[in-house]
Amino acid sequence: MAITDIKAFAHLTEADIETLGQELDTIRRDVELSLGERDAKYIRRVIRAQRVLEAAGRATLFGSRNRWAWLAGTGLLSVAKIIENMELGHNISHGQWDWMNDPEIHSTSWEWDMTGASSQWKRAHNYSHHTYTNILDMDEDLGFGILRMTRDEEWKPINLAQPFANLVLAALFEWGIALHDLDAAKSQLGIPKDQWFSAPTKDFLRKAGKQVVKDFVIYPALTGPAWKSTLKANASANLIRNLWAYAVIFCGHFPDGAQKFTEEQFENETQGEWYLRQMLGSANFEAGPAMALMSGNLSFQIEHHLFPDIPSNRYAQVSVKVKELCDKYDLPYTTGSIGKQYLLAFRTIHKLALPDQFLKRTSDDAPETSSERKFAGVTLPAMPSLPAGSEWLAEHNWAGVDPVTGERRGLRSALQEAKVALKEKALHEKAVLREAKASLQEKARQEKDLLQTKAGRERRLSRILRRNR
Amino acid sequence: MASKTGGFSVRGLREWLEAPVAEGATAGRTKLNALRGAAARITTPLLPDDYLHLVNPLWSARELRGRIVAVRKETSDSVTLVIKPGWGFDFKFSPGQYIGIGVLVEGRWHWRSYSLTCPPDWTDPEHKAKRLISIAVKAMPEGFLSSHLVNGVAVGSVVRLAAPQGGFVLPEPPPAKVLFLTAGSGITPVMAMLRTMDRRGVVPDVVHVHSSRTADDVMFGNELRELHDKHPSFTADLHFTGEHGKFALAELDERVPDWRERDTWACGPIGMLDEIEKHWAAAGIPDQLHVERFEIERSATGEGGTVTFARAGRSLEVDGATTLLQAGESAGVQMPFGCRMGICQTCVVTVTEGHVRDLRNGNERRAGDKVQTCISAAAGDCTLDV
Ligand code: FES
Repeated sequence: MAITDIKAFAHLTEADIETLGQELDTIRRDVELSLGERDAKYIRRVIRAQRVLEAAGRATLFGSRNRWAWLAGTGLLSVAKIIENMELGHNISHGQWDWMNDPEIHSTSWEWDMTGASSQWKRAHNYSHHTYTNILDMDEDLGFGILRMTRDEEWKPINLAQPFANLVLAALFEWGIALHDLDAAKSQLGIPKDQWFSAPTKDFLRKAGKQVVKDFVIYPALTGPAWKSTLKANASANLIRNLWAYAVIFCGHFPDGAQKFTEEQFENETQGEWYLRQMLGSANFEAGPAMALMSGNLSFQIEHHLFPDIPSNRYAQVSVKVKELCDKYDLPYTTGSIGKQYLLAFRTIHKLALPDQFLKRTSDDAPETSSERKFAGVTLPAMPSLPAGSEWLAEHNWAGVDPVTGERRGLRSALQEAKVALKEKALHEKAVLREAKASLQEKARQEKDLLQTKAGRERRLSRILRRNR
Repeated sequence: MASKTGGFSVRGLREWLEAPVAEGATAGRTKLNALRGAAARITTPLLPDDYLHLVNPLWSARELRGRIVAVRKETSDSVTLVIKPGWGFDFKFSPGQYIGIGVLVEGRWHWRSYSLTCPPDWTDPEHKAKRLISIAVKAMPEGFLSSHLVNGVAVGSVVRLAAPQGGFVLPEPPPAKVLFLTAGSGITPVMAMLRTMDRRGVVPDVVHVHSSRTADDVMFGNELRELHDKHPSFTADLHFTGEHGKFALAELDERVPDWRERDTWACGPIGMLDEIEKHWAAAGIPDQLHVERFEIERSATGEGGTVTFARAGRSLEVDGATTLLQAGESAGVQMPFGCRMGICQTCVVTVTEGHVRDLRNGNERRAGDKVQTCISAAAGDCTLDV
């Protein structure tokens, strides 16, 4: 079972979590109060650059019967679509730029270049996903309803098709999102799933229709004789954008270390615990400025989940402070190269296609989900500066601040130590197993020998008997 | 031309072409709408204007915009801003109306309303006879934006505009006998009326009593004098409060003996307007009086207040800790909401009057701003567009 008690899991007291929350609030306030001209310039520059790229891409595709022009045009268009989707659409719809009070760059008016209507997406994503992040059965982004991404979820035979479903989802990501959001919009209005035609469906069809007509009818038609290559280019740009968006999202939520939670945890959650859940439920990947821009700064997924409405260009700066807090509270800060993060997610997708009996770990100590029970039964080394068996140690087990060194021993140390302990336990179990196997073999051999001797004796006996007849 | 050919009409085609721009446009209909609509199909989900205004900020009909083409000093603490509006601006407003203007300061747009001081369809010879508009701004001691406009706004700045509105207007033709009672920057809407009468050459019997602290503080002082000299039927009567104290309405009988026979337009500080209203009511002629209450540019008055939900037509008294969302819900208003914790932006609505405060950081928001109701509380009386 995923995390049911974030306090126990995080090795923090209620008071700790409360102060952690206040420190995060301060980070938010500092950023908010310092927003100004430079930030506004940033977003306007990105918008301008994106539009220039897109216009250049579309223009280049007029010559797309030439191979190089096709490549250049497709490349430009892909980059434009990626920036539009990630740094602009996603972030503006989150209200990150609402502080500018600019009606044209505002969460209430922005529409993006994807098949889904951004109003529906905002409901499903800004509200459901960001409020219920990684809570089983509440956050529908957990596997998008078609992938089993944690062994907290029961295996169904359909999951065997997961490797294939994953490919389809990646290639058609925008459609996956659009339909997912449509479902969310319908369920919010209490429209039954199987009722096909409804107001949300109309919104969806209108938006998707415009998108499809633009990319697959109007632009190809405009380029006249180059219509075929333009059509291919537009399809490719959409595909590339889809794959990229998919990869970024998966790297932000599904590598090992991005924790899952239960409704029990959510029920009486405090603001501090909410922060903590966002922090432990997300994962970053390492990115330079260009890569950060292309991922809509979702390379800072942890920061984004803590402060979804803080302007993306500030996440880098915020991340320094968040890391400091992680050090202070001895909390993990899940990150890695984009390749590594994706491979971890990829591994989970393929592993969890299999039924549980093929999996070794349980949902308490699996790589993709764990719970506070992971630490039960794991004996950890005592704090070095404490006399063994002291009262304090007994009371706090091994978490808290070492009164002598001032160092905190919390989740991060616990996870490391648990990893070692679990490894040792596994080694030990293996050794025990090996021994047991050896002794079994020995026993079998002895029995065989015994049987053989017995059989020999019987054979001899029967020979004697035959002779004596 | 409504020529129909087998279920296909030119008007239908035109409507179809214009459909994509019909929703987004706040500006009036322009002749280019059909073209813009056609282009919108290839720029979807954006409008062609989103590209065009990258080339020229005024090329947008999605929103009214303008460019400040001149800043003229009126007095030591007031200026006239001359603005060239972009696409779709309707120059046929009525003298006395005001416009909304959005100005960018440190990355953030700030909205205020100011009276137009020019006549409709005004052209300025200094600017190649292009149609322009003008507003006048007086720096208020606490007024963040008015100070910026008076002391810091650069010629060439692009501003956002909202269409002219307001019922404090001069009818056409003007009544035979008119009295203007103004004080301070309250003169601005009246200036538009005077200039319009002057331009049309129809100046009836008009008396204008204007109060200001000193002679130097009179906005448009020279122009008032010129009009006074040019039109025998116009009297400008200046009252300097620095020397003579506040203008007492009791003096009216002496200064404008026939005030009861006149149609009166009054604009100035709220206290003055309240007195005037009482005075006119006491005289039994309240419907001969038109007043314009300037929203005073000031900061939030405090904690809590009366929140009015304009569209639902309800209001409620709340303290400074109750969120606007809670307030709305307890008043039985259908408020949009999602996370209720300030992260999802589902609950955003526009403040149309007054001030609210963001509870997370104490930032003040005011009329024209969009706010998240789940994390904002009233800072004085305020009105929401929901
Ligand atoms: S309800 Fe989510 S931001 Fe207000």
